[in-house]
Amino acid sequence: VLIAVIIGGGAAAFAYSAGWLSPQRLTPDKMVDALTPPTGEPLGHRRNHAKGICFTGVFEANGAGTALSQAQVFTRGQYPALGRFNLGSADPNAPDATVRVRGMGLRISTPDGQEWRSAMVNPPFFPVATPQAFYELLLASASKDPDAMKKFAAAHPEIGAFGAWDKSAPWTGSYAEDRFNGLNSFVFTDSSDAEHTVRWSLLPAARPVPVSPEDLAKRGPDFLEQEITERVRGGPQRWTMVVTVANPGDPTADPSKAWPEDRRTVEVGTLIVQQIEPERGGPCRDINFDPSVLPSGMRTSDDPFPAARSSVYAKSYDLRTGEAKDYPRTALDTKP
Amino acid sequence: MIGTRQRFTPLQRLLHWLMALCILAMLFIGVGMVSTVKPKYLTLVSIHKPLGIAILVLALIRLAVRLRYGAPPLPADLPEPMKLAAVLSHYALYILMIGMPLLGWGMLSAAAYPVVLFAGVHLPAILPQSDRLHTLLWNAHFYLAFVFFAVVLLHVAAALFHALVRRDGVFDAMAPVPTHNEVAAAE
Repeated sequence: VLIAVIIGGGAAAFAYSAGWLSPQRLTPDKMVDALTPPTGEPLGHRRNHAKGICFTGVFEANGAGTALSQAQVFTRGQYPALGRFNLGSADPNAPDATVRVRGMGLRISTPDGQEWRSAMVNPPFFPVATPQAFYELLLASASKDPDAMKKFAAAHPEIGAFGAWDKSAPWTGSYAEDRFNGLNSFVFTDSSDAEHTVRWSLLPAARPVPVSPEDLAKRGPDFLEQEITERVRGGPQRWTMVVTVANPGDPTADPSKAWPEDRRTVEVGTLIVQQIEPERGGPCRDINFDPSVLPSGMRTSDDPFPAARSSVYAKSYDLRTGEAKDYPRTALDTKP
Repeated sequence: MIGTRQRFTPLQRLLHWLMALCILAMLFIGVGMVSTVKPKYLTLVSIHKPLGIAILVLALIRLAVRLRYGAPPLPADLPEPMKLAAVLSHYALYILMIGMPLLGWGMLSAAAYPVVLFAGVHLPAILPQSDRLHTLLWNAHFYLAFVFFAVVLLHVAAALFHALVRRDGVFDAMAPVPTHNEVAAAE
């Protein structure tokens, strides 16, 4: 009997740890399920930001970032960069003009063997304050209840700011004209071991030209991918990386709240995109732009999102790498 | 082997109990981390990787020590099926102790993740990037974890059976400190 109790207790504790006894626990599986678009699971693709195109280039550090972090990536020099322009939709076939949020995944590698991975988007803040709220947002927006979104907005008023951005911010006709924001805060440690809580953004060198979504729709379903491919063929495209430093008391744990405009910013370098490749057989395809992959000199802050994103991205990665047959590496019908 | 030892050597017992703690912690951390999106996810992952490598190193040392010093014989009156179960389950445990960390390391390598043990301390990739390899190793790592836990439970149940029901000295051979009935249990 004692043996049965000990073994049973061990098994029960294991089941508890695995979450089998806690149906309310927010698991990466649930988050991935909630991301599933009406068009069905995007087999072989990322579970969100499913449509994208690869790029390679360099990050040219100007040395100014060494004041904030001891990471080698800020030492003056050029470091290889790999990335992915993408649409903030779980549908890999979404027409480009229908998706409000655009993103960029980025991996910068340094000779010390370390990597800085990041996934950024064009809105200046996140729609909600917590991963749990994001999950509820996904459920509400997929809900058949016509009042679901109203109820959600009442419970999460922070989404109002995102709605205002959605309506007022101009659309552009090119990834090269978009600003990409890291949104989450991270902690940088400088060479004197002082810590700075920061967020970062990539500011385009190309001047943004506003275009209405109606006009963009006329350019075809993949105009962004075609445009960036042609543009980069004509010459490398640049973004300035700007690191913003929080003041004490700034909301570092809540990416739905932008920091005041007057915060100290440091231009740390330039991302130069030199080549575009289709995702299908491209180098970004099997890279997980997990924002918790950071070089020493950077770490996560009290912002709960990087952990949640890391957990869910890993789930998405594990699923899609097992579904490669649903997204063959070579297209039978290659686009001209 | 010099004579027949009734107990494992102190080094073997130390390794056994140290690894028992590590492996149990590892299995719980493993199932816990893949079921949460909370900040503790990153904490758990950051323990899982160095602890896995520690278990790999300890397991290799343990295997060498086992090959050098052997193990006390099982009681002569132990029924043959139980002897077979004992031998096979120990092969399984050694294979898993060494195999699981390698699968984990290989799986991260095949996914092109940097294998970070501590801040700034990286292990090299042991496999090229490959979605097919990643899927194979990920599945093996995931399902074998449950097999591992089941074998551990079986091992604990058998140990308790030897200690409490048969009282045949098998448990005492690995007990962290000599138990009172050790002398009585011999022969």
